[in-house]
Amino acid sequence: MSEREIISVTVQRGGPEAPQYPQVFEVPAFESQTVLDVVSWIQQNADPTLTYRFACRVGMCGSCAMMVNGVPRWTCRTHVNKVLKGGKIEIGPLRNLPVIKDLAADMDPFFDKWVAAEGRHHPTLSRDDAIAEIDPEQPARVEASLGIECINCSICYSACDTVAGDSDYLGPAALQRAWTLYNDGKDADKDAILDAVSGKGGCHSCHSMGSCTAYCPNGLDPLSAIAGLKRATTQRFFRGRAK
Amino acid sequence: MTPFHLYMAQRLSALVMAPFVLVHLGVMIYAIQGGLTAAEILGRTQGSAFWFLFYGMFVVAVSIHAALGLRVILSEWAGLRGTALNALSCAIGFGLLVLGARAVWAVTAGGVS
Amino acid sequence: MKAVARAHPLWLAYILHRISGIGLALFLPFHFWVLSLALNNAAQLDAFLTLSDLFLVKLAETGLVFLLAVHMFGGLRLMALEWLPWSPSQKTWAAAATSGAFFISIIFLMQAI
Repeated sequence: MSEREIISVTVQRGGPEAPQYPQVFEVPAFESQTVLDVVSWIQQNADPTLTYRFACRVGMCGSCAMMVNGVPRWTCRTHVNKVLKGGKIEIGPLRNLPVIKDLAADMDPFFDKWVAAEGRHHPTLSRDDAIAEIDPEQPARVEASLGIECINCSICYSACDTVAGDSDYLGPAALQRAWTLYNDGKDADKDAILDAVSGKGGCHSCHSMGSCTAYCPNGLDPLSAIAGLKRATTQRFFRGRAK
Repeated sequence: MTPFHLYMAQRLSALVMAPFVLVHLGVMIYAIQGGLTAAEILGRTQGSAFWFLFYGMFVVAVSIHAALGLRVILSEWAGLRGTALNALSCAIGFGLLVLGARAVWAVTAGGVS
Repeated sequence: MKAVARAHPLWLAYILHRISGIGLALFLPFHFWVLSLALNNAAQLDAFLTLSDLFLVKLAETGLVFLLAVHMFGGLRLMALEWLPWSPSQKTWAAAATSGAFFISIIFLMQAI
């Protein structure tokens, strides 16, 4: 239990239907309290109209990310005592996404770009074929495995200043997904992936500022994945397309 | 020109310039010893095919590189898009190329225009 | 709400690269124009070059040399990061070795001339 009994929480309210404004709530401090606990306490005890989004509360589902003191974080696994500054916290909706209301951001652009980056499986075999064996130690598989723990929380997307400056930019998560599939031995259309990430707002818009890697709650490295796509497209430019 | 081609032009012009910049830095450190005079600069560069090619290629590369770099910044920070963006970055590139070519001609050919 | 916190090394490297690039792009037209004075007005060029004896001008020149060097090394860093499939520690060592070699050779150059 911290010495302070009451936390002063500034919550960004409003959205497209009402002007946005900050509202301050006094929230009692508890032991091992997370930022999501704070938001839930406000909704249950102070203002039932507060809108926010969460599901699993254990860092699996990727739905509770918010800006906490100006940093995008997964609120269910962010302890209040780690982010408390002078007894205060500021909580807002994720940056770089439209706001639906209060703390709920509209994730549509984020998921649309996931599709636009060709983040879908291109099968090599049909259901009638035997399952192909993949050696987990083989270099391409090791590279692919680095990115598969992404929970689509959009924290990297919110942290990225290239997204902020270029609304077409696909963003770190979608590009990392493309890199994962590019390295997947069971994916049949590498050229389609490289084409998808070479267009407007593709991997070449990235300035390697690394906020994605710095803020990823799962410790993933989209920066290096995007560098991998740049390397692959450059190699294809010099060597020509495969087949 | 796709975004990928712009990216390659930006990186390749940078690679071309890396040795030029190193030599240019070295020449600057060497040249400012004891002060700069027009006679000293022109004595080194005038009539020299090497310096004409060196600075000529440097100017071509830097015009491409600076125009593409500013293009990205104008898009991200000034919100320019489409034709306005393309026209302005082309103008920057050509402007730098013309000014740079004049400068290279001035110091290597030396008024034989 | 505050903007996203950014003070991590790669973001600072990015902003340094961008700002130094803008600085160099703004300086280039002026640089080219001064040199092209040699074409028909060497006396005016000399008048400009005399300014380089002033302390403030020297300071500005040092700033430009810094911008050029930092933009070149920042750019080489970027291309290594994008194109070389090296591990992060290999890249750190390569960068350290390059900058070390650069400083030693500059010190050598300043002693030699």
